[in-house]
Formats: sequence, C-alpha cells, structure tokens
Amino acid sequence: MEVLLTIIFFTIFWAVVAKYGPILFTKQPHDDLVRCIFLLTAVVCWLFWLCCYLAQLNPLLGPKLNGNTIRIIASSWGNPIKEG
Amino acid sequence: MGDMFRSEEMALCQMFIQPEAAYTSVSELGETGCVQFRDLNVNVNAFQRKFVTEVRRCDELERKIRYIETEIKKDGIVLPDIQDDIPRAPNPREIIDLEAHLEKTESEMIELAQNEVNMKSNYLELTELRKVLENTQGFFSDQEVLNLDSSNRAGGDNDAAAQHRGRLGFVAGVINRERVFAFERMLWRISRGNVFLKRSDLDEPLNDPATGHPIYKTVFVAFFQGEQLKNRIKKVCTGFHASLYPCPSSHNEREEMVRNVRTRLEDLKLVLSQTEDHRSRVLATVSKNLPSWSIMVKKMKAIYHTLNLFNMDVTKKCLIGECWVPTNDLPVVQKALSDGSAAVGSTIPSFLNVIDTNEQPPTFNRTNKFTRGFQNLIDAYGVASYRECNPALYTCITFPFLFAVMFGDLGHGLILVLFGAWMVLCERKLARIRNGGEIWNIFFGGRYIILLMGLFAMYTGLVYNDVFSKSMNLFGSRWFNNYNTSTVLTNPNLQLPPNSSAVGVYPFGMDPVWQLADNKIIFLNSFKMKLSIIFGVLHMVFGVCMSVVNFTHFKRYASIFLEFVPQILFLLLLFGYMVFMMFFKWFSYNARTSFQPETPGCAPSVLIMFINMMLFKNTEPPKGCNEFMFESQPQLQKAFVLIALCCIPWMLLGKPLYIKFTRKNKAHANHNGFSGNEENAGGAHGHDDEPMSEIYIHQAIHTIEYVLSTISHTASYLRLWALSLAHAQLSEVLWQMVLSLGLKMSGVGGAIGLFIIFGAWCLFTLAILVLMEGLSAFLHTLRLHWVEFMSKFYEGMGYAFQPFSFKAILDGEEEE
Repeated sequence: MEVLLTIIFFTIFWAVVAKYGPILFTKQPHDDLVRCIFLLTAVVCWLFWLCCYLAQLNPLLGPKLNGNTIRIIASSWGNPIKEG
Repeated sequence: MGDMFRSEEMALCQMFIQPEAAYTSVSELGETGCVQFRDLNVNVNAFQRKFVTEVRRCDELERKIRYIETEIKKDGIVLPDIQDDIPRAPNPREIIDLEAHLEKTESEMIELAQNEVNMKSNYLELTELRKVLENTQGFFSDQEVLNLDSSNRAGGDNDAAAQHRGRLGFVAGVINRERVFAFERMLWRISRGNVFLKRSDLDEPLNDPATGHPIYKTVFVAFFQGEQLKNRIKKVCTGFHASLYPCPSSHNEREEMVRNVRTRLEDLKLVLSQTEDHRSRVLATVSKNLPSWSIMVKKMKAIYHTLNLFNMDVTKKCLIGECWVPTNDLPVVQKALSDGSAAVGSTIPSFLNVIDTNEQPPTFNRTNKFTRGFQNLIDAYGVASYRECNPALYTCITFPFLFAVMFGDLGHGLILVLFGAWMVLCERKLARIRNGGEIWNIFFGGRYIILLMGLFAMYTGLVYNDVFSKSMNLFGSRWFNNYNTSTVLTNPNLQLPPNSSAVGVYPFGMDPVWQLADNKIIFLNSFKMKLSIIFGVLHMVFGVCMSVVNFTHFKRYASIFLEFVPQILFLLLLFGYMVFMMFFKWFSYNARTSFQPETPGCAPSVLIMFINMMLFKNTEPPKGCNEFMFESQPQLQKAFVLIALCCIPWMLLGKPLYIKFTRKNKAHANHNGFSGNEENAGGAHGHDDEPMSEIYIHQAIHTIEYVLSTISHTASYLRLWALSLAHAQLSEVLWQMVLSLGLKMSGVGGAIGLFIIFGAWCLFTLAILVLMEGLSAFLHTLRLHWVEFMSKFYEGMGYAFQPFSFKAILDGEEEE
C-alpha cells in the first residue's frame, strides 16, 4: 500500500511539473520549446526515480556492514542493538 | 510546432533595387541581418566588379585607421568602448569628410613621426658625444701631459709634424656592445697589435630613434701611431657602424665641450617633449571617434562587397540581387527595402519577388541565448538538412540528463550550478569580456548547458544519495539491524538479511545504508547497469521514432513501413524485451516469500537469459528454481527472436524492391502517354537516377549497420554506468585518502593540518572531479547523442544559413 502511494505521489508530482511547469514561462515567445523541455524533464526525472525505487523494492541482498558501522548506526540513527 | 522543431522555411527571392537606393537598402538589410545574398557574378573576378573602386577606397580608409590605431596603442591611450551605440553605416557623402579628416590626421602623424625620428637621432648623437666626453675622462687623466693629437685636430698641415714626431694619435667613439670583441680583434689584426684600445661600457641603454628599442653601447678610445693606421682604423669603424666623435685631448677643452653639449641636449629635450605633447593631443582627439569610424568603414565595405554580388539590369536602370530569406522575415525585408528607398527619397520603390526553385535552401534554426549552445553541439556534427527534424530541441534536456547520470553527485552538481548561475546572472557584464581567451569563450558560450548539467547532476546526486561520496539520511533508513549485541561484538562483518531487516522502501533515492556497506558496489552496479540499459533503449527508441516525423514531413510514407517498422520491431523485440525483463525481475523476486522459485537464490541473470534467448540455448537452473520468470516465456522469446530475424530481410529488400516497382510503374505510365509528376513519386525520393545495383548496396550497408549498431549501441550506453561508477569511486577515494586524514587529527596541529588538507581536498575536487570528470562525462554524453541517438534519424546534409549581417561581421572581426 505504502509502495503504491509513493509511486502515485511521485507520478502525480512529475505530471504536475510537466503540465503546469511551463506556466512559469508563458511570457516567453518560445512556448513550445518550454513545454517540450518541461515534459522531457518530468519524464526522465520520474523514470530515474522509479528505477531507483523499484531496484530497492524487493532487495535480493542486504548490506554487509562492519561491526563499528552497526554500532554507530545504532546510536546515531536511533535503533539500538538488541540485548543478548 | 515550435521554432526549434525543424529549420525555418526559406524562400529564394529576387530583389530589384534602384541604383541610387541600393546603398541605403543594403545598409538597412545589413542591420536586420536576415538575408543571405547569392553571388550572381561568379564568373567576374574581384577586380572587374562594379563597386571595386569603392571597396578600394574603404580598404585605404581601413589602412589609415589601423595605422592611427597602432600609434594610439603605442602611446597607451585607451580606446573608448562603444558596444552600446554602434553607429549605422555612413552616407556615401559623409564619407568624404571622414576621408579628409583621416587623411589630415595620418599625414600629420607621419610628419610628426618623421620629425621625432630626426630629433631623436640628433638627441642620440648628442648623448653619445656626451658619454664619450665623460667616459674618456678616465682614459686621459694620466696621459694629459702628453698633449695627444686628437682626431679632430689631426688636420692636414699637422700631419707631417705629427708623424715626424712619432706622436700617438687617437680616435674616440661609440659602438654596439655586442660588436666590441669583433671590433677589437679586427683592430688588432690590421695593426698587428699596434693599436691600443680602451673601452668602457655604458650602464644605461640608449633608445633607437626609429624603433624605440633599447640598445647597449660601449665607448672606446683607440690609440695609434701614424696617419696610415688612422685611416685604416676609421675604415674599420665605419665597417662596424661605430660612430666617431671629436674629442679634444686637453682637459679644459673637454670640459667646455661637455657643457656645450649639455645645454644643447636640454634644449632638444624641451622640443621633444613639446612634440610628444602635441602628438598625444592629436591622438587623444582622434581616439574618441576612431572606434565608431572603424565600424562605419567596415559596414561600408561590407555593403559594397554585397553590392558586388548584384547583377546590373540590361537597361542599367536597376540592380538585381538574389537572396535566401526566411519566409517569416519577408515583411521585415520588405520594410527594410522601403526604408532604404525612403532614405534617399527615391520615387520608384524597390521590390521583392519570391521565385520557385528546386535547389535545397540553407538550414536556418532561429535560436535564442538558451538554445544556441545546444544547437552548436548539433551543428558541430553536421548541419541539418533543410526542414529536417532538429535534435537540438530534445538535446536541451537529454544532454544534461545523460551527463548527470554519469556525474551524479549533489555536491559536485552544486559547484556546476553555482558556476553556471553566476555566468547566466551576470551575462550582460560578462559578455563584454572580449579577450578572455578561448577557454573562457567556450565556458561562457555553454553557460546554460553548464547550468542545466549542474541542476540535473544535483537531482541524480540526490537519487544516488551521494554528496561528496557521503549519504544523507533524509527519510530514515529502511534497514534495521536485528542482530543482538553478542553477535555484533563477535562478528567483524554482518550482512543484514533482506527478508527481516528491510522494512519498507526508502521513498526517494538510494537508502543511505548502502553508502556504508562493504558490498555497496555489487548492489549499485546491478542497479546502475540496468538503469543505463533502460535509458539507452528508451533514447534509441525515441531516435527511431523521430524518423517517422521526417518520413511524414518529406511524404515518404512507404519508408515508414519499409524502414521504420522493421527497425523499431527489431529494437523493441530484442532490447525492449530485455528492459521489460529487468522491470519484471524487480517485481517478481523477493526475499520475503516462502515460495522457493521466487526467492533471491533463484533469480536468474537478465543478461544470461538474453544471451540464451539469442542463441536458443538453455541453462540448467539450480535445484528447486525455474529457468524462466513466467510460464510461456520460452515460446514468447522464440517468437520474438524469429520476428526480429525476419525484420532483417524486410529492411534489406523492402526499399530496393519498392523503388524498382515504382520505377517500372512510372516507365509504364510514361509509355502510356502520362507525363507523371516525377518529383512527387513518393518513395523514389532522391534515388531517381541511381542505378539499382547501387541502391541494393546502399540498403545492404544500412541494414548491416543498423542491426549491428542496435547491439553495439545498447552496449555503448553502459558507459553511463561505467562513468558513474568511476565518478563515485574517485570521489570516495579522495575523501578517504585526503580529507579523512585531516579529520582524524587532533589538537592545534590537527586544526592547522585539517586546514591545509581541506585546501588540498577542495583543489582535487575541483580539478579532478568537477573539471576533468565533468569534461569526460561531457564528451561521452556528446558521443551518445551524436552516434547512438542521432544516427537513428539524422541526415545532417544541409548547409547553414549565413545572413548578411553587420553584427556577425563585426563580431567575427573581433574574434580574429
């Protein structure tokens, strides 16, 4: 569910950029140019994000961390190591 | 569609101008800069053209202006900068005044220079004399009692007496320092060692009167015995360009002479400085107007050059010119012509006729300051054919984006953005820099490219989660450690299991935990390779689709079916399918499932699967796994490969057979008495007179090229991954080997050490990571566009529109 929402959110975000981004530039005479630029930007940025997101969606391997790193992460990212 | 989509429509026009209005009309056209004239007198050589005398006159004026300019530069007077109000071309009548003025100034300058040289050589002689007198003091002081014969007193009647008495004579003079030794040796030889030479170097250099260069000289006195020797010595002196000066041997006389010379020198100095003053006054008054005169003359010369391209009407009543004009600019040209006629009060208007032609018009893409840089990148490969699809429009985004895939780092991107933004924001001020060097001009010309490259590099850096090789934990890492304390303490390395440690997906970009992981490269490589192929295939599919736009525009509808369809099928069925498999693999395998065939251990390699598909081969899967990702995959793959293979003969034979067929039909139609419209014969475009064998060979080359390039180009996009990996690794190495050394030091010494190390780190970051890596990523991106993208649809056989424009002429001169 969370995955779907994230994908929808970013898709809508870039769709909005593609559609309404050119409004910032309507005074320019090169109207088509601006529209094309925003459309392409939105497409490539969205796809780039999507690839990165999907690559992490179902990780097939986990990060290999060294003992120190685990302890530093535990203290600074706030998930303490379990006792035992 | 927009301005950038394809080049503008051009019209070949004929221009009829009244001779009296010709000059002003062409001047107006030069100001608008939207007309490219064609030479109608190709056979007439440059000296026989109509306005050759006027051009000569302009040349003469230019020469004068150049002369005065060098004189002004010699005096170090600064010429005013007139980039804001460039004067218009002068009236032919006004030019007479200008000519007279320049003539007067030039002759004045020449006269002044002449006088100055005379006076300066006079001055030089006097100075030398003074130096001789002063320096010989030392030679004589001990010999004064001898009352030597000085050269000036060795007159006729004294000769015999002098020889008789066997007295010593001497000559004194000045010689260039570098000649002294040769001179001395020569004297020794001619006199067999009987000349005694004394010399002393002058410390201060003297100035050459003509050139102003410093020359070092030496004062000498040569003592000798006998008249014969004296003549010989004098000859040697002339030979060595030594100047001889009279020098009395008595002390008092010398003193007297020195005093005399000094006063004369003072007088001369006064006169010289007054001349100098006068000269600089004259130059200063001229310098105010000189730049605008120079521009006026250049414009006038350009106008006459253009008029030389015109043809005279048989009745000599009007000038006829032929020119290419963008159709959109026709009203502007009309207005310029009527303005030109109005300026001279001509009653007969000039007029403009659009004429039909079969020639290929020049390619003109109207650019603005933003698109110019991108258009230049495309034009460097080849100017687009007339009305062909212009890839520059898409390059505006795809270029910075592909660059950024390789250069993805938020920090380095920020540096680029700051540099680009500075150039863009201060562009008015920076555009005035005229002598910034070639490198500066390149950077400044590409300021918008740099800015966009920086912005995209920041975005990709954010997605890669890479800031100077460090990560930001913005949304909270989704990987949690489930191991307990004793496990952590006893094991040096722990791999977090993906089934229990990963909770959710990091929403934007790479999870920061990967930056800290030892197996980061394995994970990132798999991600970035897939990314490169996905974007590469997309880019190429886009390129192939662009060819449809060209085919529809040039009405070669048959080519859509004979070229585009098999091409796109071939690309999509093989590499598009590979992209699909990548996405499918991301979805279908995961660590949380208990279904054996979908666990990470069973996930097949997409590349191996693709190779097997091409070779119709099988690989034995591990126990409990499936070889394929979904059920009917082997059948689907076989079908895809077979269809793709069918596309090859389709591409190879389709077009030649079609041409053959249409030709036969046409011949048939002609035979039946139809005079078919040959130009519009659809697919036969451009092949009308080519023999069939050549068409077959061409098509075979195209097909082989396309099939092979599909594979090699896809692989070529892997450079996106390779360069991105290299960039990330280099920046990490720099951090670990340089900056972290400084961060580990402690105390006051550590602070100073860190200060220095930080400087080194900044330097390397800028020089290697931003500049060198940036350049390399830029070149790779350029290649991806030129070769991988544009080869799919771009012809690039056109020639650029070069309008007659004063602005371009003046800018061009400055660059030289």
